Amino acid sequence: MFKDIYNTLTQFLRTFGAMNLFFIKILQHTPATLLKRFRLVVYQVYNAGALSMVIIMVCGLFVGAVLSLQAYSNLERFNAEDTVGIFVAFALTKEIGPVITALLFAGRAGTTLASEIGLMKATDQLAAMEMMAVNPIRRVVVPRFLGGIISMPILAAVFSMIGLLGAHLVAVDLMGVDVGAFWQQMQQTLEVEDVSEGIVKSIVFGVVASLIAVWEGYNAIPTAEGVGRATTRTVVVTAIAVLILDFMITAYLL
Amino acid sequence: MVSYGRPGGDSPGGATSFWAWSRTLADKLIEVRDLYFSRGARRIFKNLNLSISGGEVTAIMGPSGTGKTTLLQLITRQLVPDRGQVIVDGVDIATLNQKGLYKLRRRFGVLFQNGALLTDMSVFENVAFPLREHTRLSNRLIRHVVLTKLHAVGLRGAADMMPGQLSGGMARRIALARAMVMDPDILIYDEPFVGLDPISMGVIVRLVRRMNDSLGLSSIVVSHDVKEIGEVADCSYLISDGQVAASGSPEELRKQSSELVRQFMHGMADGPVAFHYDAPDYEEQLLGRGEK
Repeated sequence: MFKDIYNTLTQFLRTFGAMNLFFIKILQHTPATLLKRFRLVVYQVYNAGALSMVIIMVCGLFVGAVLSLQAYSNLERFNAEDTVGIFVAFALTKEIGPVITALLFAGRAGTTLASEIGLMKATDQLAAMEMMAVNPIRRVVVPRFLGGIISMPILAAVFSMIGLLGAHLVAVDLMGVDVGAFWQQMQQTLEVEDVSEGIVKSIVFGVVASLIAVWEGYNAIPTAEGVGRATTRTVVVTAIAVLILDFMITAYLL
Repeated sequence: MVSYGRPGGDSPGGATSFWAWSRTLADKLIEVRDLYFSRGARRIFKNLNLSISGGEVTAIMGPSGTGKTTLLQLITRQLVPDRGQVIVDGVDIATLNQKGLYKLRRRFGVLFQNGALLTDMSVFENVAFPLREHTRLSNRLIRHVVLTKLHAVGLRGAADMMPGQLSGGMARRIALARAMVMDPDILIYDEPFVGLDPISMGVIVRLVRRMNDSLGLSSIVVSHDVKEIGEVADCSYLISDGQVAASGSPEELRKQSSELVRQFMHGMADGPVAFHYDAPDYEEQLLGRGEK
């Protein structure tokens, strides 16, 4: 049993080290990609970001609505229903917005990135690029990685905004909370630091989710099963990493 | 170092002499020396030696699983040998850094077994891809070059199609157009005849020979299709058990008395290459004896 634990730990450390080296390689190629292949980055912002917008907006609307509903039903007991806006705004901008966006990103865009790169590997497209003297990390990996990083904070912001709209619909239009109190208290209480905490988190989650997706795709076993496994691992590993990092960042910033 | 540019292309005004050109053709373009390579515990090559001359179509043949594609990957340094050298144009490719390796690879055109076309690009963009990556040619000039190459493989009319719309034979011809778009010195074909209908196969066979002769290339064809190889190859190597079992023109190979060569060239079921992969005794296994 101890041997199994030792082997698992060793394997984890080896993979973690290799992933860090891969990250360094990506960073080395980033300036050249930004200068010479900016159009590819823009396309990947569309691929990872714009195409995830619908799922982010729909989920944001209902998450905001349910938060508002829960907050109202509890705050009403203390005659504090006017503070629903504050509660929802804090929850969305600092925690739920970045975290759920990252989880949805892993499910929608992360799987796309991993399977695209994995299939390119399985069908020799990456090898063909190598043979055409085109570095696949620069041409395929870096644009996707950057597209993910740029998309994540934008998606998290949209999620929170639409979430507030959902909260407004439930609290103000359905439960009858005063519209002035809903927005004014939120405006007076929410600080720039609270919003920037959410932005920091979404950038960190963007780096982690994109790195895991491109890593898994690039290192997928080049078979149908291998690509499938890489796609699944992308979602699982990203979810775990995001939740652990969320706790660490929150603990650090408090 | 010997240059392998095309006749008249090495000096201003095309003054390179015919003698210089003919000398390069006779020289060894690629040499594989004392090569050892293993995958895990399985030894693929042991002390493999062969050389490929400039200007010729050289075939690498052998039964399935002998490492023909692996040899191509070693020649292009997609894989690194355990021991031994691969020398291309006088340079040991193991000594090259990535920049040097990419510079060398620009002289190669590789036709992958499945075409390996980039699936998110049209046929035109696939062929234009190396030009867009490595040159600063205008769009107008790129269009001319791409259409010329597509015309050479007979698929100018498929320029706007996507790879998913192509048949296997068409995809391979497009991949061939892409492989030669940078005017390489060496064209490498990995199993170009596999899974093609007789018409497509005939087209590819003729293209291999025509490209080699008209463009003054050197070609390496990995295949186990004896008949097709006989039509295109100037020189053939038969690889078995990690070494060169026989070499020479296809005609010379056919006349060899070695059992292995005869079995392969005449497609005989019985011979040194066993039909069955190593396995326990059939009867014992069916009766479940000796199993845990």
